[in-house]
Amino acid sequence: MTAIPLHMPRRLVEFTLDGQEVRVPEGDTILDACRAAGKDIPTLCQGDTLTPKNACRVCVVEVEGARTLAPACSRRAEPGMTVLTDTERARHSRKVVLELLASSTDLSMTPRAAEWMKEYEAEPDRFGPAAARMNEEPKIDNDLYVRDYDKCILCYKCVDACGEQWQNTFAIAVAGRGFDARISTEHDAPLTDSACVYCGNCIEVCPTGALSFKSEFDMRTAGTWDESAQTETTTVCAYCGVGCNLTLHVQENEIIKVTSPHDNPVTHGNLCIKGRFGYQHVQQR
Amino acid sequence: MRAGAGAGAEPRGGEGRGGGEPAYATAVIAPATPTALAAPDLAPAEPSAGAAVPQAGDPALTLLARVGVVDPASLDDYRAHGGYTALRRAFALGPAGVIREVTDAGLLGRGGAAFPTGRKWQATASQADHPHYLVCNVDESEPGTFKDRVLMEGDPYALIEAMTIAGYAIGAHKGFLYLRGEYPRALGLLENAIASARARGLLGQDVLGQGYGFDIEIRRGAGAYICGEETAIFNSVEGYRGEPRTKPPFPVEKGLFGKPTAVNNVETLVNVLPILTGRTEETKLFCLSGNVDRPGIYELRFGVTLRELIELAGPPDTMRAVLLGGAAGSFVRPDELDIPLTFEGTHAAGTTLGSGVVLVLDDTVELPRVLLRIAKFFRDESCGQCVPCRVGTVRQEEALHRIKDRTGADAAGDIALLREVGRAMRDASICGLGQTAWNAVESAIDRLGAYE
Ligand SMILES: Cc1cc2nc3c(=O)[nH]c(=O)nc-3n(C[C@H](O)[C@H](O)[C@H](O)COP(=O)(O)O)c2cc1C
Ligand code: SF4
Ligand code: SF4
Ligand code: FES
Repeated sequence: MTAIPLHMPRRLVEFTLDGQEVRVPEGDTILDACRAAGKDIPTLCQGDTLTPKNACRVCVVEVEGARTLAPACSRRAEPGMTVLTDTERARHSRKVVLELLASSTDLSMTPRAAEWMKEYEAEPDRFGPAAARMNEEPKIDNDLYVRDYDKCILCYKCVDACGEQWQNTFAIAVAGRGFDARISTEHDAPLTDSACVYCGNCIEVCPTGALSFKSEFDMRTAGTWDESAQTETTTVCAYCGVGCNLTLHVQENEIIKVTSPHDNPVTHGNLCIKGRFGYQHVQQR
Repeated sequence: MRAGAGAGAEPRGGEGRGGGEPAYATAVIAPATPTALAAPDLAPAEPSAGAAVPQAGDPALTLLARVGVVDPASLDDYRAHGGYTALRRAFALGPAGVIREVTDAGLLGRGGAAFPTGRKWQATASQADHPHYLVCNVDESEPGTFKDRVLMEGDPYALIEAMTIAGYAIGAHKGFLYLRGEYPRALGLLENAIASARARGLLGQDVLGQGYGFDIEIRRGAGAYICGEETAIFNSVEGYRGEPRTKPPFPVEKGLFGKPTAVNNVETLVNVLPILTGRTEETKLFCLSGNVDRPGIYELRFGVTLRELIELAGPPDTMRAVLLGGAAGSFVRPDELDIPLTFEGTHAAGTTLGSGVVLVLDDTVELPRVLLRIAKFFRDESCGQCVPCRVGTVRQEEALHRIKDRTGADAAGDIALLREVGRAMRDASICGLGQTAWNAVESAIDRLGAYE
């Protein structure tokens, strides 16, 4: 089901995108305009349910007259601006950003990372075998989800989803600075001693697989995770009267994880612990 | 003392703290002692701010005129030396009049970016949203910069008066003074200055009986260079992690607590006093350090050449290079000393005045190690928010480490790598830290031939 949002018609902003005159509703970003024009700009930290943090810088484009490149995901279109998305300069930064990430982080579960690395001819190995890496072990401290920060690109999405943008629980934040920065609970306590309420809304937005259902993590470790054998069924949560949409991911007749459609007007992808993790009763046979 | 910023400073002529690193930036006034840092009141005979002003007593001094002359703890002494005449003039002119004078004087920001102050104030004053805020940026963490410290410790009331004028001009009733955490003596003097000014009606509900209310709150930094970035400072004051915010929106529109805010450097603000009291010529402070005979803060009119400045400070016998503008600045060669020390002149010469750092290196200095030290500074101080800087500064340091004993073809591959990473840091980083993290290294390679 797709909801049709009702709001006041917005004024249109006209600007030049790669030599073409385009018109987008006021408030739209350069990325919105690119997508509307069918241009594929890589993005990692941008999320469809979150305010852009523009931390990863993989989406940078050239705005005429600007000293530096601009993040397409957060820079709003302005009347008369001239934007170039595919210049040597923009491509160079995207390539280096991909190399810097891939040389320090495990991107094996980041959708499209491999494709972009190829497209931009990124060679993360050129920083040498001694290049510093995240070097994190998976944190398995509860039965519901795993935090594998070796895969974390520090996109801040989980922090924003846990904090003021959705859940208002503030169980996690960035700790440490520079290359030592990590997503952490207060005092790096185990999740079970943290403020976490296990809504799993951080897992929903994590773009790298750093956060995953324990069920998924265990199956991947055991080599039994098989996306081709999975089905997705969207239904309504049976716990309370709010009516959240759940998408049940099923493999071999077992629910293996639960997500929620991001365009669902009730949830925007968010759930509570019951909808997200409370599915075992369905499987009591 | 830790005159050059935290991670960047090494004692003058010292062999470095660990690992035999050579002197890089220079401590100018006195060494820090544990007692001095722990309890400023007990600090054993730390030389006064005046000791850092080699030109002391020169009648041509304007910004430094009172440093070492007045008692920094005495409001009466400040008033006896011309203090608070500028504020009276400001009230006579009205806010728009003050902004006009500052704009006409062509004052450019001294915090590093050289933004026109009048324009910033006008943009803040004209915002419909209220309240407006003033933030005085005293994070002073650029390695080799210590001018704001000397101004505050030698003439603290001047900053308080200047902040009051700035607040009046932009329509703010509250000013935050964001003070570098490692400046305990400045803290004591400023607290005293604020309290005594408040007691005499020079701050508070009704400044000088003019019906204008203004007060100042001091916030101390906790040792992060990034908190001097104009939007990271807002996060820090608001109690959040010190990370830059996305621009636009710019501070004049949405700054501290989301309200219109003007952020200014100490030296910028203090310049407003002589502008309002009829100074004739604009001056600039320079922080001289490294291999010179008389390190310290120099005040010179704009347009003096780099050579003339270094002559004043006593150059070394054989000069290898001069770092202009601090770690975020760039190196120039000894044969480039005729560069005029103006914002335009340095820009035309492909370098920068930055925050006024002039670090002189003689030929005993091993450049690759100096560069490694600068790279380490940026790696340590990156906030970690964006990828080009968080990882780029690490890759830069790693590459410089690999080539620290190499030259020519042996270094060429890593230099090419440095260029690629440096270009992405400059183009794609969120803030000035990442954008400038490769400047000094690039200039050392291209202008000094550091690895030839
Ligand atoms: C990493 C970083 C650190 C900075 N540190 C300082 C500082 O310590 N003091 C300062 O006045 N400006 C600092 N700046 C510059 C400020 O962002 C800002 O431009 C300045 O405070 C504006 O004041 P002005 O217009 O009076 O120069 C820093 C900028 C960056 C990017
Ligand atoms: S754990 Fe995932 S969502 Fe959180 S910062 Fe890392 S990559 Fe982003
Ligand atoms: S450039 Fe560096 S210091 Fe600035 S926001 Fe990015 S990571 Fe932080
Ligand atoms: S997707 Fe735009 S900065 Fe990350």
